[in-house]
Amino acid sequence: MRQEATIALLGQQNAGKTTLFNALTGARQYVANYPGVTVEKKSGRYSFNGQSTLVVDLPGTYSLTSFSPEERVTQEFLLTQKPQVCVNVVDAANLRRSLNLTMQLLEMGQNVVLALNMLDVATRRGITISVDQLSSRLGIPVVETVGSKGQGCKNLKEEISAVEQLTNSSAYEIDYGPLEGSIKDIEAMLVGTNVSLPASSRWFAIKLLEQDQYATQLITKLCEASVVTELEQKVSEANRCFFDQYGADISDHVINVRNAIIRSIISDALTTKGTGRGSVSKKIDSVVLNRIGAPIFLILTVYLIYQASIVWGYELTNYTWPYLAKTREILSGFLPAAGFIEDPYTRALGLWLIDSANTLLNYVPIFLILFALIAILEDSGYMARIAFILDRILNRFGLHGQSTLPLILGGVFAGGCAVPAIMATKGIPDNRARMATIFAVPFMNCLAKVPLYTLLLGIFFVEDKSLMTFYISTMTVIFALLVSKLLTKTVLKGQETSPFVMELPSYHVPTIGGVLRRSIERTWVYIKKVGTIVVAVAVVVFTLLQFPGLPEDRMQHYEAQAVVALDKFQSKVAGSAYENLASEAEVVGLVNFYNDYRRAKLNAKGAAASRKVAKDFKARNAEFYAVVKPPKGDKDAKAASRALRKLIKERNSLRRDLKEERLSSSLLGAIGRSMEPVTQYAGFDWKINIALLSSFAARESSVATLGVLFQQSDSENASLEERMGDETKAGGATALLAVSMILFFALYPPCLATTVMVRVQTGSYLWMVFSILFPTFLGLTVSSIVFTAGTYFSLTGIEAMSIVYFAALALVIAIGLKSERTNSGTLINNRHSSEVSL
Amino acid sequence: MSDDRKQRSAGVALFLNDVLPGQRVLVKKHHSAGAIRQRLMDLGLLADTPVDVVRTAPLKDPIQIQLDTYNVALRRAEAATIEVVEIN
Ligand SMILES: Nc1nc2c(ncn2[C@@H]2O[C@H](COP(=O)(O)OP(=O)(O)OP(=O)(O)O)[C@@H](O)[C@H]2O)c(=O)[nH]1
Ligand SMILES: [Mg+2]
Repeated sequence: MRQEATIALLGQQNAGKTTLFNALTGARQYVANYPGVTVEKKSGRYSFNGQSTLVVDLPGTYSLTSFSPEERVTQEFLLTQKPQVCVNVVDAANLRRSLNLTMQLLEMGQNVVLALNMLDVATRRGITISVDQLSSRLGIPVVETVGSKGQGCKNLKEEISAVEQLTNSSAYEIDYGPLEGSIKDIEAMLVGTNVSLPASSRWFAIKLLEQDQYATQLITKLCEASVVTELEQKVSEANRCFFDQYGADISDHVINVRNAIIRSIISDALTTKGTGRGSVSKKIDSVVLNRIGAPIFLILTVYLIYQASIVWGYELTNYTWPYLAKTREILSGFLPAAGFIEDPYTRALGLWLIDSANTLLNYVPIFLILFALIAILEDSGYMARIAFILDRILNRFGLHGQSTLPLILGGVFAGGCAVPAIMATKGIPDNRARMATIFAVPFMNCLAKVPLYTLLLGIFFVEDKSLMTFYISTMTVIFALLVSKLLTKTVLKGQETSPFVMELPSYHVPTIGGVLRRSIERTWVYIKKVGTIVVAVAVVVFTLLQFPGLPEDRMQHYEAQAVVALDKFQSKVAGSAYENLASEAEVVGLVNFYNDYRRAKLNAKGAAASRKVAKDFKARNAEFYAVVKPPKGDKDAKAASRALRKLIKERNSLRRDLKEERLSSSLLGAIGRSMEPVTQYAGFDWKINIALLSSFAARESSVATLGVLFQQSDSENASLEERMGDETKAGGATALLAVSMILFFALYPPCLATTVMVRVQTGSYLWMVFSILFPTFLGLTVSSIVFTAGTYFSLTGIEAMSIVYFAALALVIAIGLKSERTNSGTLINNRHSSEVSL
Repeated sequence: MSDDRKQRSAGVALFLNDVLPGQRVLVKKHHSAGAIRQRLMDLGLLADTPVDVVRTAPLKDPIQIQLDTYNVALRRAEAATIEVVEIN
């Protein structure tokens, strides 16, 4: 049995490598009609004729140079891993440009199999390619494939296994005319060193003459210093001589010679009939990219995404939420029962965890729809057009046309999630813009910010709700742009940049399978990443809320009160038929029975379900049931029932007081208080501090925490809005404080899951810490200024918000106009400086 | 800046940036260096290649060009480094 063979899939961006990879290995990697989707290499296996083969899917590259990270990854992989076979995936509809890479692979001495992919598209455009001609001119097997339909995979595997057997293939040689002398010289020097090179000496000679960074580094590492110096001298002299004689750089000459050969191969092997090349795409483009159509379709698209995922998605959660509630019921049944005034820790923690997980899972329908729509955008080819339309605006703020996708995922105006959004920044080729996008995305309206906004608007801005909603939803984009501009000018200044050159792929009809797969996968990533972290942090926050707990004497105080309440109940039922229920042990069971029954009734939909609940509970404990729901005419039961309800009311109020007292003396409470000296300028008291702190775990917990903090006291059924409204307003809180909170929340650091993603995408803990500290500082500064100045000038909430909004808007417009001028300035400078260097 | 204008109006050098949509030109020479130059050449902007300027983005930048059978978007800043000649 032979050793496992390694084969590499290489080709240009969007040629269909990942699609073929999936077809070959049965794996499920992301595909999209959007260049640069695969950025890291991925591997998988298949077995053919009993022989196992390892397939590596490489990022898309146009050539084998060292200018971009993908190209470096690919070149390094080829030279160090030495795959047995390179499957060069080419887009048959764009054969000419694709062959550039093929030639380079051949010159390098790789065993190449050409996969002529997208044959269906080529045929539709009237392009016919002679496989025999192509194969004989290049001297390699050529296989026709349609990756999206899985066609040609078997042939491909056969050819791969045939080529695998080959051991010594002679490298393909191109005659570089006047350069040949220098190539021979350097080749001789390399051979003379007796160093074993990972590719042919001729290939290295050409690469050195082209002054390729990676090849030069490799030779420097492999050869002795004296040889390296000699080589360097030779190369620079050859370059100078060549330029003097022919007026061109060696690298240009190499490309031109290669291209001349490609042209001749194309003219032999390819025939095009008809003029309908990409005419459908052309027609669509002429509508969606013209000056009137572009904004209309763009706004329509964003609106549709909003409507379908956020509005309809929320409606969908009305149908899915009962299932989550039911799960909670079932799970809570496994936990130890509630105590009279205090619950066992396992129960409290268990419920806390279930509730945290449920808030998160509640968003799943929304994300499924959102991610499916975005997959359609990507796969259809329209996403690339959005990048084209918006590049100019985004570029002025240090971003990139391709920042659009992450920004949309992050929630342009109505809710997304920063975790998948930051993941999607991978595709941005310009490193500085990519970093700026990573830090700008958390300022977008993530779905979990919405509940807090809704809460605050409901309390303080009942009349100006729509105006405030408009401010909040558009303000995020403004802040994101300002922040990315600021960062680009400061901390990101030194980052590498690269030009915006992007292919606009032809439109495809997205496949249902592909869209579903990507939507489910992205949602799964959200659940996994956010889920694990939320649960972990929920435990921490829970602990911080519980400990150190109440001092002994306070606990005794509550227990004494509980005894009083219980005594009252006992004396009321004493002497009645239900007297035996009043013993200590039974009462707790009865109280829990009552609560369970009430909840089950609430969850039951329809008369039949309601009857079933009644039947079940009767079966569970007939005696309890009689007290909970007294039968007609049973006076004793009625009296007991009344006493029970009174008892439960007293118990609830006791538990509430206890919880609040425990919270305020808890570690988190202490932390919240210790922050007051700083946060007072923003108007935040310790309760708000706690809510904001816990929202760092996951934004959705801010509202939940506020719910705990603003416990309802007397009125049983007051909503959180009313309770918080009453309490905060009584404490002197104003709409101005709400504005301060909203602003802080808009600028607040990303949730923990997002910062972990920042760590993954930037590869550095330092940037991760930065992504937490910077927004905290920014948010506190802005909120403090607004609150303090607002209080001083006694502004109303809406006045303060309007001032902030228009100030930010004015700043954005000013920067947009100003950077245009500087941009065109550098443009001219560039040209002059490069003219000199030529 | 004024130098540049003079040069162009005298018909000495035409850059891709200045070509109007709907026109076809031939690539003559790259005035950029390094990664940008490589990228442009990889995209097929080689000497003597015909290029169709298809349209400018709604905000005038970037521009869309067609080479052979595929479409590429590039910023004006980069287009301004590609010297072209008109096809008569
Ligand atoms: N019509 C047609 N579409 C194809 C074919 N192969 C792939 N596609 C589609 O082409 C698009 C690009 O496919 P990918 O597999 O993501 O391309 P890639 O080469 O991995 O791209 P990068 O990772 O960005 O370099 C997807 O929308 C695929 O569904 C094919 O043979 N015919
Ligand atoms: Mg891919």
